[in-house]
Parts: sequence; structure tokens; C-alpha cells
Amino acid sequence: MKRSLFRHLGAAQPAAQTGLPPRRLARRYSTHPPNAKLNLPIDYTTTPLLAHSGRTSALGNSKEIPAHVRDGPAKKMNLFQAINDALGIALAQDDNVVIFGEDVAFGGVFRCTMKLADTYGADRVFNTPLTEQGIVGFGIGLAAQGMRPVAEIQFADYVFPAFDQIVNEGAKLRYREGANGPHAGGLTVRMPCGGVGHGGLYHSQSPESLFTHVPGFRVVMPRSPIQAKGLLLAAIRSNDPCLFMEPKILYRAAVEQVPEAAYELPLSKAEVLKEGKDITVISYGQPIYTCLSAIQRAEADLGISAELIDLRTVYPWDKQTVFESVRKTGRVLVVHESMVNAGIGAEVAAAIQEDPDTFVRLEAPVGRVAGWSIHNPLIFEKFTLPDVARIYENIKKRLDY
Amino acid sequence: MKPRFPPSRALRKAAAAVGLKPPLPAAARAASSSVSQRPNSDYVSFPGALKSAFTTSLKFETPGSYSALPTYRVVDQHGEVVDQSFKPDIADEQVVKLYKDMLYISIMDLIMFDAQRQGRLSFYMVSAGEEAVSVGSASVLDPEDPVYCQYREQGFFKQRGFTTKEFMSQLFANKNDSGKGRNMPIHYGSGRLHIHTISSPLATQMPQASGAGYALKMQRMQDANAKPRVAVCFFGEGAASEGDFHAALNIAATRSCPVVFICRNNGYAISTPTLEQYRGDGIASRGIGYGIDTIRIDGNDMWAVREAVKRARAMALQDGGKPVLIECMTYRVSHHSTSDDSFAYRARVEVEDWKRRDNPITRLRKWMEARGCWDEGKEKEARDGLRREILQGFAEAEKEKKPALRTMFEDVYEELTDDLREQMAQLKEMLDKYPDEYDAAEHDGGKDSLKA
Repeated sequence: MKRSLFRHLGAAQPAAQTGLPPRRLARRYSTHPPNAKLNLPIDYTTTPLLAHSGRTSALGNSKEIPAHVRDGPAKKMNLFQAINDALGIALAQDDNVVIFGEDVAFGGVFRCTMKLADTYGADRVFNTPLTEQGIVGFGIGLAAQGMRPVAEIQFADYVFPAFDQIVNEGAKLRYREGANGPHAGGLTVRMPCGGVGHGGLYHSQSPESLFTHVPGFRVVMPRSPIQAKGLLLAAIRSNDPCLFMEPKILYRAAVEQVPEAAYELPLSKAEVLKEGKDITVISYGQPIYTCLSAIQRAEADLGISAELIDLRTVYPWDKQTVFESVRKTGRVLVVHESMVNAGIGAEVAAAIQEDPDTFVRLEAPVGRVAGWSIHNPLIFEKFTLPDVARIYENIKKRLDY
Repeated sequence: MKPRFPPSRALRKAAAAVGLKPPLPAAARAASSSVSQRPNSDYVSFPGALKSAFTTSLKFETPGSYSALPTYRVVDQHGEVVDQSFKPDIADEQVVKLYKDMLYISIMDLIMFDAQRQGRLSFYMVSAGEEAVSVGSASVLDPEDPVYCQYREQGFFKQRGFTTKEFMSQLFANKNDSGKGRNMPIHYGSGRLHIHTISSPLATQMPQASGAGYALKMQRMQDANAKPRVAVCFFGEGAASEGDFHAALNIAATRSCPVVFICRNNGYAISTPTLEQYRGDGIASRGIGYGIDTIRIDGNDMWAVREAVKRARAMALQDGGKPVLIECMTYRVSHHSTSDDSFAYRARVEVEDWKRRDNPITRLRKWMEARGCWDEGKEKEARDGLRREILQGFAEAEKEKKPALRTMFEDVYEELTDDLREQMAQLKEMLDKYPDEYDAAEHDGGKDSLKA
């Protein structure tokens, strides 16, 4: 399962000096139409979701980070640098932390493990043979001996060979061993996920909902560098095994001022990024940015106010924060990249209607904007992943109901 | 063919990388991808096969041109010593103890198999014919070596000190079961004895054992006073067809993990004979392909098991750690499990023949009798005593209460989640409203354990 073709999914290479005719046509991957008013590229340099100059993001609960960390030195980092920073801290603070996977020793195909092998030694940061079931099984064995392994699966699309080890072994270890003691709580499995514009079938998937049907693991997806650092450190130190999914489109795109000191952000706790009274929009990972763009347009056009919630941990998820918001607004939209059927939106919607105090406050059916029930096709990505226009339209539909 | 070792320094460094000792600096790792071919050399310096010489004869290697790996034995089926260099390394009383452990398992197997047939427990698996592999290997490993079993290694638990009460508590899933009544019968485990709880999915324990071995190696690197330990992993020849077998051996070799892999090759995986399981020379021939030191032994010979596992453990700790593979040849005398009638796929006469011709228990008994430390009287006394002990444990375990109902919600996560607390309350509400529909009283503490 080698994916050398996709070492650097961030940038498309120009076809210079190849003898091909000069490029006149649109690039052969999804792009934005010239007359679009809603479906514009996300401007990560100005989005209020990222802390561009200050030390915390303009939106969200900055008090989650301790004041001395918040007020201490900060450094401009993108998402992969924040992950690298968190891994470095974890290695420095705990001898039990080891990092391994395919190609992590030279720095990783996405640069998340840069310099870690040089700094912490080839025994603690190392390459494994190319075997996903082996990587996760190896990690479970390390964790059962009291270590804190951080395993990397090169793309979330390739986690499936390890499904048995995750579902039947890592998730069940503490339960199966009972009073005998061993558990896989020290294990964290990192994996890049989500659409990247041209990842096609096997460099785009977001399989988080498959793992939310597995008791035993915590499933986490950060939206930004500050979030990634705090949530990853929490996942590594957590005594429950964690699947940490990193939206790879944000590796280089999302840049903000990240506190340099170590800090944790709470697992299984959602964050209200922006308060509102007419509709609650719930998402996680990269679509948070898309949701905010749609909300800003809807607020300007329709004179409404929307509440935006980042779930952050998709399982076990923070029902209370969601219920409280929906009881206030009465309308909900859940947004995610992966297929709509049996996705996170299905669970969130079902829980909302099942809670008696929340159900009676609903003023419109719960809406879901998600990938169509198809695979992620290369040239059609812009038509399947949630975009500003679809989210905008669905906000309107909830309000018009 | 004598391997020609290339003169280039870069290549030597790269070759050393194969052994991975000591841990490679980054520069040497980089060198392994920059080996170059010298003009007119008669050795190959492709990075993927460092010691391969060129040949001008077009010849495919065929498995048939190699004879099967030999099977090491110390004592033959008549109980006579055939390895003349062999000297027992333990006193006769200790041999008797090991014999009794094997006998214990075979007697417990008969009792529990019948108990399952009477419907007194849900499931059982016997280990008849394979007692020497588990008892023999347990007797030469360090009691703190972490062990991963498949499910037919009851003798390992017994030899390491698993008590009758512990066996029976697990089989009956009562409140004394350390697995808290969650696992099927024979899925034993013991934190006290460093034996991981058995899980049903085959071969999943194998890459975990590699990881455990690496953890032991790391812990010794960090603390020079830490006890030298190896990870131990049992598996059957059928399980060796799983992808996890491949992953485990390959990763253990590349990361130089101190692991002893012990294969029980008993000829069958449920109904599938080895002819339909593989076409190579058993499991042992594969070990060499992974760069792992390997031996095939007679699994019905407890002395051969002891000698091989003892040596393997020492080898696994050499050179900073490395894996070793042992293939124990045996025959599954019993049905696969209580859910299987093996005469549906193999002749009764074949099984009877094996029982009569060769059996690890009678083989050791013959050795002991020839030595003068065992006789018919002692045999009868031991059998009667063990039978009494097992039946007494059986009766006590059957009477015990089942684990507390709350136990079913615990240990999914370190702490109960909000959802699990809520679901526990919902179950409690059902038991309150429909008391006749559930047997909560059979469980320790009744339904009260479900209170928040």
C-alpha cells in the first residue's frame, strides 16, 4: 500500500519543460468558478478562527488554556508544526513515549515528525515495515507494557488493514483483561484525513464515524494548530486509547500563534466558537471554516444569528453542550465531509430528537450537510464535500421551515 | 555458497543496519539507500539484498530441492534418551511436578468436556496431546516474562501457578473471575502471572507480542537494573496464515525485539489439514525468510521443548534483543472444541493411532519410570488426588454468584462516561419495572450495583 505519488499533497506541480502545449484550460482538478459569490476559497490568513497576531483565536473559549501558557511566549505555527511541537513535548516529558509508523524517521511525508528522531534517538522515533495491522498491533503491545506509543497511519484511507487490531484488540483490551490490569490506554493513533482537493478515492477519506461505533477508543479531530497541540497532548497523556485524525488540508494552510509551553485541551468536550440565537451549526475539523463562512453570509443576508459548535471529540461526544445550544436556538444543522449515511450527523441528530427537553424545543427538522453517499471521486470533489453554498442553503431551509 | 562481502565502507555500514545493533545514527540510515554498484563487481549491491552474488545460470529455487528442516528431540516415543549430550537440568522431584501439571490439564480437560456436554458451562477446549509444549516452555521461562497465548495453552497457566479456583472461576464466569465474567470459557488471563488474557481473534496477539518485546528492550535501555525479560507468543499453524503473523515476525526482526514465538503445529485448524493451510515446509521455513533464528522440535517431547525454549530465551536476549521462532510438531488428539466433532473430517483410527503411538504424557512417564522415580502406584495416587482437587474446585465455583451487573459497564473506558452512567440507569429502571424478566439476584449485589 505505497502512496509515494502523494508525498506532497499540498501543491500541484506545474508541467514545465515537458513538451506539452501551454496551459490554457482550467486545471484538471476541482476549482472555484469565476462568478461564485458563496463558494469562494477559505482565506486562512484572515479567518477569525485562527489567532493571527494575538495568542488565542478570536473565536472560542480561550480560557481553556491556562493563563500562564496563554500569556507566555507564542510562535507562529501551521498545523503540522503544531503537531510536531506537541510530539516533541510528549517525547521530552515522558520516556515512555515512542513514535513510529511508515516513513516517520526522516520527518514524515507531511513533516509532522521532523527532527524528532535526531533529537530523541532512533529507538524512540523509528520507521516500521509497511504494515498497518502490524503498526497498530505493535502499539497495543507497547501500551500493554505501560508505554505511551504514538503510532502513525500514513493516511486515514489506509487504516482499514488495522481495523481488527483497533476494534477487536485495542478497544477491548481493558474490558477483556478486567482485574488483570493491562490496557491500551497509552496508545494514540494519528492519521491524516479529509479532502485535499485532489486526493481521489484513497487520499481523502474521513472514516471517523466507523470508529464511533467502537466502544473503547476516543476519536478526536482538531480544527487548528492551537487545538491540535492541546488535543494531541491530551490524547497522548489520556489513559484511554485515542484515534487522532488530522485534516491534512490544514497542515500548511492553517497558521496561527501557538503558545510554546505545554498545555492540554479537554477531550470529549465540545467548544462553542460563536454564540447565536436562531440556529446551531455543529461540525468538526476543516468544515468548521466552511460553516463560519456560510454563517457570516447568512447573518449578513438574513439578519439572523447562528451558534457554531466544534465537537472536537466525535466520540464519546459532548451531548450536553449541543443540547443546551439547541434548546436555545431550536434549529440545527450538522456538517461533515464523510458520507451522510450513518455519519456523525446521524448520531447527533438522533440524540437531539431523543432527548425530551431538546426535542420539544425543535422548530425544524435537524439538517445534515455531508458528503453524498458515494466515494470521493477525484474530479468531482467540489460537488460532494460540504461547501459554503450548501451550508448557506441549508441554514435558510431550517429558518424557512 | 560463500557470501562475498563487499569492500565499500558505506555498504558495510548499511549491512550492519540489517542487524540493527547498536541503534543506528541517522547518517547510517541514510547510507543504506545510497549504496552504489562498482563497475565489474561480482557481487550485487542492490540495497534490497546486500549479500547476493551474481550468477550466470538461470535457475529457480524450488522448495523441493531443499529437504525439510529436521525435528529436534531429546527423548523418543519409548522414553529413551536419543540426544546423548542431554543431561536433565532439574531434580527428579521437579520433573514429577511438571508431569503432574500435564496430568492435571488432561484430567481437567476430561471433566470439563463432559461438564460442557451436560450443559453446565457454555464452551470448552481441551489441549490433549499438546500438554508438553505449554508445560515444558513455562518451566524454563522467567515467571515475569509477559506471555501471549492463543487458547490451547492451559498447561502454561497451570505450570506458572494458576490455581484450580482461578481456572474454575473463569470457566464458570463467577464473581471471582479476574476477567470479570466477560470472556468465553478458556479465555484465561492473569495479571499476577504476567499472562495476557486470551482473545478469540487469531494471531492478533502476535504483533502485540512484538510490541511488548520492544517495550521490554526500551525499559532495559532506560534502566540498566531492569530485569532482562522476553515476550513470549504462542500460536497455532492455522493462525500463522493470518496477516498478523507476517506483520509480527517482520516487525520483530526489523526492530530486533526480544520475542520467542512458539508455534503449535498440530496438523489441523478445526477441520483444515495442513495440506490446505500451506505448501511450504511448515512454519519453521518461514522464520528464516524473515531473518529469524528458527528451530523445529518434537512437541511431544517435554525435554526437547525445555531445551529449545531455554536456549531460545537466551538467544532472544543476545545482541540487544532479537526474535526466535520455535515450531513444535504435535498432533491435535482431541476435537477442536466442544462445538466440533472432528470425526466428521478425519478417521477415528488416525486419532486412536496417535493416542496409542505417541503422547507427551506417556512419553515422559516412560522416562520417569525408567529412571525409577515413578510407578503405577504413584500414577494412581496422583490421578485420584488431582481428580478430587478439580472436582472440589468445580463444585465450589459453580455455587458462586455471578459478577456484579455494574461490571458490564466498567472498563470500556478508564472512567464511566456520561452515556454509560445513563445506560446503567436505564437498565436499573428496567429491572425495577420488570423484576420477573431478569435474574438480577444471581449477580453479586443484585440490581443494586447499578445505582449511580
